[in-house]
Amino acid sequence: MSQNQKLASEITDSAGIESDMFKRKDIAHLLIHHDKVVGMHAVDGLEITTKEIKDGVKIDLRLKKGTKIKHPVQMCFGMMPKTGVQRIVMNAVIEKDAHIDVLAHCTFPNAVDVKHLMDATLTLEENASYKYYERHIHSDKGGVQVVPKAKIHVGKHARYITDFELLKGRVGLIDIDYETFCEDKSTLEMNARINATHDDVVKIREIGHLDGEYSRGVLLSRVAVRDNAKAEVYSELTASAPYARGHVDCKEIVQDDGVVSAVPIVKVNHPKAHITHEASLGSVDSKQLQTLMARGLSEDDATDLIIQGLLR
Amino acid sequence: MGLLEVKHLNLHINGKHILRDVSLDIWKGHVHALVGTNGAGKSTLASAIMGLEGYRDVQGEILFNGERINDLSIDQRARRGITFGWQEPARYEGISVSDFVGAGILDKAKEKETVISDALQKVGLKPGDYLSRSVDETLSGGERKKIELASIIAMNPPFIMLDEPDSGIDVATLERMADAIKILKQNGTTVLLITHSLAVMRQADHAFLMCHGEIIEKNTADKIIPYFEQNCIPCEHKNRPDDKETREVIE
Repeated sequence: MSQNQKLASEITDSAGIESDMFKRKDIAHLLIHHDKVVGMHAVDGLEITTKEIKDGVKIDLRLKKGTKIKHPVQMCFGMMPKTGVQRIVMNAVIEKDAHIDVLAHCTFPNAVDVKHLMDATLTLEENASYKYYERHIHSDKGGVQVVPKAKIHVGKHARYITDFELLKGRVGLIDIDYETFCEDKSTLEMNARINATHDDVVKIREIGHLDGEYSRGVLLSRVAVRDNAKAEVYSELTASAPYARGHVDCKEIVQDDGVVSAVPIVKVNHPKAHITHEASLGSVDSKQLQTLMARGLSEDDATDLIIQGLLR
Repeated sequence: MGLLEVKHLNLHINGKHILRDVSLDIWKGHVHALVGTNGAGKSTLASAIMGLEGYRDVQGEILFNGERINDLSIDQRARRGITFGWQEPARYEGISVSDFVGAGILDKAKEKETVISDALQKVGLKPGDYLSRSVDETLSGGERKKIELASIIAMNPPFIMLDEPDSGIDVATLERMADAIKILKQNGTTVLLITHSLAVMRQADHAFLMCHGEIIEKNTADKIIPYFEQNCIPCEHKNRPDDKETREVIE
């Protein structure tokens, strides 16, 4: 087995992905360990070019006009060492009428002091669709800093969905900064679900500009903080065109000495636009908790079940 | 000796005397109705028996199977075999019907999936249509009510209190709930129905009539129902506490 194969196997195993996935010709994949591309396969209509840079990899991804990728593209960004920096610079263009789903596994299972930095620009042309599901696996030591930044342009009738989830391990520091611009009849949906414990820190800054007529946008965050963890959630949605519709939904649960602040900002710059927001911060809902306790669950078990549901 | 005994129970909330020297016995294997007009203190008494937040600081005694349970937490009471179904069930984002109904299964020996499916069928829901759905606002009030009852059936405790089991549901669902209560009774479960509905009262063997936080009559249900119909319903308004603050607390 070559060194690249060995590293690819290590990161995919740690992410819990079946290795057979990467033998299939009909599933595209990109595997990056630290600053090395250790596996890559494209399918018809998908172009991926990479360049290794200091502490990372620059990726150019282009999905050709009209291409509809059948199976989600599997991306894996990982680092097995305890320390280091991984920098991913991504430029993605989804051409007109092209559709792609991406499942990104970010795995840092041994991290004591690891930084994962992502700087992305994404362009969705007319009637394109891009769904990006980001699944993180961290060590239980809290030594990971995840700092993704992205600027996204969603063209006419295009659809952009992103879903960020920490599946395993401790947050460490997560500092998300996404800004999206939406043209006519486009759709934006940004979801973040994070469970923070110990002295973890979560910062979410999501901004959506509904600039086009009939554009739609939802910013949703679900964060649970326990112990001494802290979370700051800033969600801003602006509607500036006729019939633009949006919703900001923040639900954050606080336990122990955790601290959460949520700032939902909604702006409407056109009389025919409409945005709503809903924010709920604090302890677990008393009725939910007491119902489960009345079925015999301890307070801790009932709280866990409620939080798991919220983050699902 | 009753399965549950309430002895000289008093409860003050915000300085108001809400439960007044309440004593009653709940008999094993029987269906009981706690009857009264709005604001009589029925739900407050059930909440005190379950030990819910805000209703635990009572004077008097609550005994279950002869054991004093005043100082037990909600989950400790539940593990002794008491549970409670809310008038308006809670909603849970992301918790599936399967997880919710299965949460309280006490009999670990049985196959969990089978118990959950059986419980859903007993309240008239097809498991295949509901198991993976979330217990949230996408379900109607009637569906959530049935799912809450299914969670209680799956738990299979010796003693169940159901607060206004008929509120917010249609006639067909009410019939299904009545069938489910009959099944509980046939299985030997002891039930306390908290209600001001004649249809629900008729399912009970025994009834306790509450008024102004007091039990004013204990008898068989068939004796209490005509009394309630003739006396309590007409005087519902004049019988209620005069001052607004007390009404708000007990309601």
